[in-house]
This record gives sequence, C-alpha cells and structure tokens, in this order.
Amino acid sequence: MLDDLDGDRRNFLKCMAWAGTGALFAFDGGLTSSIGLDSALAAPLRRKGTQPFTFVQISDSHIGFNKPPNADARATFREAIAKVQALPVRPDFIIHTGDVSQLSRDEEFDDADQMLKATGLPVFFIPGEHDMLDPEGGKAFLQRFGKGSKGAGWYSFDHRGVHFIALVNVADLKPGGMGNLGAEQLKWLQADLAGRPSSTPIVVFAHIPLWTVYADWGWGTDDSAEALKLLARFGSVTVLNGHIHQITQKVEGRIAFHTARSTAFPQPAPGTAPSPGPLKVPADQLRGMLGITDAMFVRGHDRIALIDSTLTA
Amino acid sequence: MKKENLMIRGFKMLTFQGAALVTSALMMSTVAVMSKAAPAPASAAVHIGNFTFKSPALTVRPGTTVTWTNDDDIPHTVVSKDGVFKSKVLDTGNQFSFTFAKPGQFGYFCSLHPHMTGTIIVKA
Repeated sequence: MLDDLDGDRRNFLKCMAWAGTGALFAFDGGLTSSIGLDSALAAPLRRKGTQPFTFVQISDSHIGFNKPPNADARATFREAIAKVQALPVRPDFIIHTGDVSQLSRDEEFDDADQMLKATGLPVFFIPGEHDMLDPEGGKAFLQRFGKGSKGAGWYSFDHRGVHFIALVNVADLKPGGMGNLGAEQLKWLQADLAGRPSSTPIVVFAHIPLWTVYADWGWGTDDSAEALKLLARFGSVTVLNGHIHQITQKVEGRIAFHTARSTAFPQPAPGTAPSPGPLKVPADQLRGMLGITDAMFVRGHDRIALIDSTLTA
Repeated sequence: MKKENLMIRGFKMLTFQGAALVTSALMMSTVAVMSKAAPAPASAAVHIGNFTFKSPALTVRPGTTVTWTNDDDIPHTVVSKDGVFKSKVLDTGNQFSFTFAKPGQFGYFCSLHPHMTGTIIVKA
C-alpha cells in the first residue's frame, strides 16, 4: 500500500518536474478546490481502491493556420504530440477540445488525424466552430471524428469509474449570442446523467467555455447554466474547454472549470486588445504560449490534477 | 470674435444645405434617367475587421450589390438571420456579394462568432 502510494507520488513529482510551470486543480474528498503547486505537493496523499490514470487535453490545433504569429500550425501541433509521447506516464487517451482545423478542409482534418494516430492512443474529439465550415455545416468533421456520436457530435463514455461527457456548443449559433448547447442536447444530457450516483466523478469537455469568460468577445455559452444545473448534484465535476487559447480557471461549488492553451497561436487576455484575433507575439515567445494539458486522475483521494505545460517547458 | 465664428458656422451650414439640395436634385434626376435607361448597378462595401462589421447598419437603394470583405486574420461568415443569404467561409481577403432587389431590413451575423451582427436597410 505504502509502496503504491510512494510510486504514485514519485510519478506525480516527475510530472511536476516535467511541467515546469503548472496550474493545478485538485479534487479532494469530492470537494473541488483550486490550489497552488506547492500546497498540492504538500497535501497528504490518501489512497484507496482503483488504479490512477492520466489523459491529455489538446486544443485548438487550427491545422492550416499560417499567419502571424505562427506560419506553420502543423509544426507546432507535431511538437505538442511529441510532448505527449514524452510524458513520463503514458496517458490512457487524448481529448481534443475542438478547432482541429482552420477551415474544415479535408487535408487539414487528415493531417491532424495522421499526426494523432502516430501516438497510438485513442483520441476523443469534439468540434470547434472552425470544424463546422464545410458546406454541410460540420458533416466532414463528424464523418471522420464523430462516429457513434449523437446530434451535432455529442456523446459520453466511462473510463475507470469516471464518466466523461463530450458536449458540442458550436452548432446552430444564434445571432448576437455566444456558444449554444440547444434543447435537444440538454435533454440528452439529462437522460445521460439520470440514475448515475452523485459520487461518480464527472469530466465534461466542450470547445467554448461553459461559463462566461468575456461576453463582449462571445467567450461563453448562452445556455450553459442549464447544463451546470444538471451537474450540480455530483461531488466532483471538471469542465475542460478550449477556444480562447489561454489558461483560465474558476471554481464554482463543486465544479472546476479550466481552459487549455492552443497548439497554434495565443489570443489576448479578455479586453486587452481591440479584438480576440491572434496575439502577434515575437517568434521566440510563441512556443512559451502554446501547450498541452495533462490530467491525472487518482480515485481514492478523488483528485484530478490538471497540469498545463508549454511547448518550451 | 464670437459673432464672427457664428457667422462662419452659419455660412457653412447654408453651404451644406445647398450641397444637400443639389445632391438630392441630382439623385432625383439620376433616378428619373435610370427608370428610362438600363440602371447603372449600384454597389456598397462592408469591411470586416477586428471581429466587427465596420458598417453595422448600412442603408442602400434596391438593386444595390453589397460586397463584404474579410480584413481579419481569422475566417468569418456573412449569414442572413432570415435565411435570405449565406456566404461560404471567408478567409483573409475573401469577399462575398449579395444584391438586394427589394426594400426591407436584412439582419445578418457571423455564424462562427455570432456576437458579430449587422443590418442592411434597403430603402427605395
């Protein structure tokens, strides 16, 4: 038992060392709290039951983007994948939280697909608004990445006792609005959660943040409150988003929200620029603003640690 | 000094009114000519920049062709709220045109960034 614990702790520390700089969310005893790395390392580790596992979040690869500050979004995506393959603990799978492509072109989807396949890991996708740009409004994405999904591409699955829910909030957007889940998807979510014990750890992923980061730039989801209401009874819920190409975090009740960096280009902090267009940083700063998120889940002490690392770290 | 300024301002306003009269007279005669001969195609432009439609409310005459140009580094679309028109995705520098034959108000938005909205007002 103690050996196990030490082993976990060693891996945990190894990851920390690799991460360099890290932002971290922790689940402890079902209650979510946001804590700094130092206190996370000092926190007592309790352990009972299931084996821990990790998964990786990649977001906003924008394959096909070729303008300042990144002339080759394929190259930085390749570097991000190399980081995943170099992880000290091999993740069980990857989630891609949307904007796989820049313009929904077949060759963009295909390149992303081939590069991800090289990891040999299962990959779970949800579309971003850039993946809905084919003439049929997302069909090309769904045919390739959304097999078995419902509606505009939503689905759920279980992994080692954790329930994962993939939501789509980039379909059928309303004039003047932000992200949108829609009545059909919310109905599906209600049915998906019905009968699940409140002790089930939940991970929700969607492209646009499920809380309002900045309404002026449309960085939020109009009907997310209805989804969050359905999730409120669960002891630990982690919401992983992309879209805004920077890390933001928030804890509300038992729900921890987190957005990941892009692998293609950074965007300005809310309200710090005339528009949310690409932040044109000098070449030597670019890779320090791109990255991936490594998520470690350890049942027993009910902890998810989300560690963001940049392409330079 | 103050009085002088007022006078200059008054003269400027008169000049403006005069110009407006001349313009409307010209427009009326243009319309009269157009109703007889083949109409010269009218055109108007809307530029997209910094995630906004630069002329959010644009008034044009019936028959005007409006051309949108995406000046942003990020793709946008131009989609009518009522299904009247819908562009393909516009990458940087791409354009979309639509001819407004009938009077009316035509609200539109970017389907990727729906907080971007605009209106074309078509008035005879």
